[in-house]
Amino acid sequence: MGEKHRRNTLFQAINKDARHWQILALSGLFAISFTTSDFGAQPLSLALALSGALIAQTLGTLYINYRQKGTWNLAAWQWKSAVITSLSLSILLRASSPWLWFAAGLIGIALKFMVRYRGKHIFNPACIGIVCLMLVFDKAAWVSPGQWGQAPLLVGYALALAGLVLSSAKRLDIALGFLGTYAAILFARALWLGDPLTIPMHHLSSGALLVFAFFMITDPRSTPDSRLGRLLFSACVAGLAAWFVIGPNIRGAPLMALACLALLTPILDRFLPAKRFVWTSKETHHDPQPAQRVRARPRFLRA
Amino acid sequence: MIRNLLSACALGLVSCALSAPASAFCGFYVAKADTDLFNDASKVVLVRDEERTVITMASDYRGSPSEFAMVIPVVDVPEREQINVANPALVDHLDEYTAPRLVEYYDDNPCERRLYRSMAMASAPIPEMMMEDGGIEAEALGVTIEAEYEVGEYDILILSAEESSGLITWLNQNEYRIPDGAEEVVGAYLKRGMKFFVAKVNLERHSGSSMLRPIQVAYEDEDFTLPIRLGTVNAEGQQELFVFAITRQGRVETTNYRTVKLPSDMDVPIYVKDEFGEFYKAMFAHQTEKQDGKAVFMEYAWDMSWCDPCAANPLSASELRELGVMWLDEPAMEGDIVQPIPRMMGPGPQPVNAFVTRLHVRYDGQTFPEDLMFQVTGDRENYQGRYVLRHPWRGDYGQCEEAGVYAEELVKRWDRDAKALQKLTGWDLSEIQAKMAEGGYSAADIGIVEKPEPKKWWQRLWGNG
Repeated sequence: MGEKHRRNTLFQAINKDARHWQILALSGLFAISFTTSDFGAQPLSLALALSGALIAQTLGTLYINYRQKGTWNLAAWQWKSAVITSLSLSILLRASSPWLWFAAGLIGIALKFMVRYRGKHIFNPACIGIVCLMLVFDKAAWVSPGQWGQAPLLVGYALALAGLVLSSAKRLDIALGFLGTYAAILFARALWLGDPLTIPMHHLSSGALLVFAFFMITDPRSTPDSRLGRLLFSACVAGLAAWFVIGPNIRGAPLMALACLALLTPILDRFLPAKRFVWTSKETHHDPQPAQRVRARPRFLRA
Repeated sequence: MIRNLLSACALGLVSCALSAPASAFCGFYVAKADTDLFNDASKVVLVRDEERTVITMASDYRGSPSEFAMVIPVVDVPEREQINVANPALVDHLDEYTAPRLVEYYDDNPCERRLYRSMAMASAPIPEMMMEDGGIEAEALGVTIEAEYEVGEYDILILSAEESSGLITWLNQNEYRIPDGAEEVVGAYLKRGMKFFVAKVNLERHSGSSMLRPIQVAYEDEDFTLPIRLGTVNAEGQQELFVFAITRQGRVETTNYRTVKLPSDMDVPIYVKDEFGEFYKAMFAHQTEKQDGKAVFMEYAWDMSWCDPCAANPLSASELRELGVMWLDEPAMEGDIVQPIPRMMGPGPQPVNAFVTRLHVRYDGQTFPEDLMFQVTGDRENYQGRYVLRHPWRGDYGQCEEAGVYAEELVKRWDRDAKALQKLTGWDLSEIQAKMAEGGYSAADIGIVEKPEPKKWWQRLWGNG
């Protein structure tokens, strides 16, 4: 009885915030990458990314509080989004020198505070962190999509799915929308080329794609608020990513596609408005953001 | 812990070269395992800088030159100047330079060691072609001969086709012997707008040597791939491929297959020296199996200015140029890294900004369904397949206390070496131990009586154990 009760309270403690499930799932993926790959995630890079992200989070919180209340304080400072960003960075990003992870964490979270539209940040922090590094430092930063073995990948999918289902973020639609569209394009191409279907299957079994689909594009804060908007958005990102792979062979294709199309979110939110997602409805402190009312006024176009 | 030991070892080598007489500390390079061990292995050198690529293709084809044919999908119709034949010695040199290596160390007299233990700690020593009638027929089959070149001993054609069946019929008529089942693969390449580069040996221009020279093609393409699918159609089983990728930025890895490091830096029993080739083959087979045959093995990744220990001297700038390294005479780019050669590290000709990655792949259609895709990374961490032999000190193990301790340590070390070898190659442990004992590397040989394993409690209980 007592045991059951304790288990329930542990579950409730974790379940208090959807991001707890995400952190658990990402930690599992980090452990898989660290233990099974010769070129996997490293604790040092995680620590560095985390320090960069936390510094940016602290400065950002100070700034927002000052703008809102006119005082320099750390009210409503919180660590969860920095941890999620750092875990994603250490799993996905590979770099020639350690300080680049620090830079990625710092840039990603800083842009979360700096690039906003109607109180909502535009870019997923980990995604934009990696994209900035790849654009600025060229070959010094890269993504290694093929470094997951079969078994670790299966475990990874299970973990990611569990993490997402358990989290109350309810953004499974966008992950499935992205993977579905991306898979459909790859399978259609294979059929047209007369390739065996093992080729698109092989493409889809990428750990980087997994982390991207379940933890990046699903970020409820930088994706459209309405379900239709999200499905449209995920299909566009999948289409662009597939073109990047098939056409000009752009490095880190899904990440680049997401960064390119991030500006679609405010547009989709404008034409397909819905209730704004807010983390931690069950907790009191949440991500500080400029106070602004959500404008949920549908626009009708007259013929 | 192991990493710390290794870096200490590298430092140790630097310091020991400065004090020349102590060279007994340093590893002596004794053997290399080159690609000749593998039958019908293909060796491909890929030189890549942004979109510029030079591919050098060598095979250890040993049959009659008249039987030789090569069919490779290419993205564009190359001009005559884009094709060359290379000196086979270039690829061999690169192969030797990057080969997994064996080094040996000699233990010192443990009784003398205490005299300079502090010093030793600091330097940490531990560790053919008939084409006349081809034209018209080709047209009927939907095959277009886009270009026709004579390069060295080869007759080269660049073909485009409307349909795979037409192309395959044409190729078979012209003695290219395309295996059954190639249609889908050829078709997939054609749909992607690719052309086919086909080469045969012209016996009139062939010098008669048994060795065919590697063909080189210089081209520009945003994709950094190596088409291997035609090879997988071949029913002859698994193919052996070595890729030597040279870049100015760093290591090259496959993006669509897992790249793993070949296990390295292990102590192995002394007898491996006499069968290093066998050891390398067995180890590669065993490691491939452990990865379900689905991994690309990285056997070497190193700055081409130097090596340590050197299995062969680093390639000279002119050799690199011949292999296609096009940036040596160009102004340095931002981010170019020309590292000074570590002092005494040897016979490096000059610092060059080139980084080589040696990848070894054993593949078939099941394990590698797709062409290899690569990416250049900024990782310049040096890596080599290196195996260590440690010769024990021989003498009277009773002459001082340290010697006794050393002898006991030696027995444990041999036990570890045997198990390491078993783990690397999958060889039978008792066979390994028997071979070691033959060579005098067993507890009995150095007068240590192995304590029998303590009996289990139930063996003692009724006295029947």
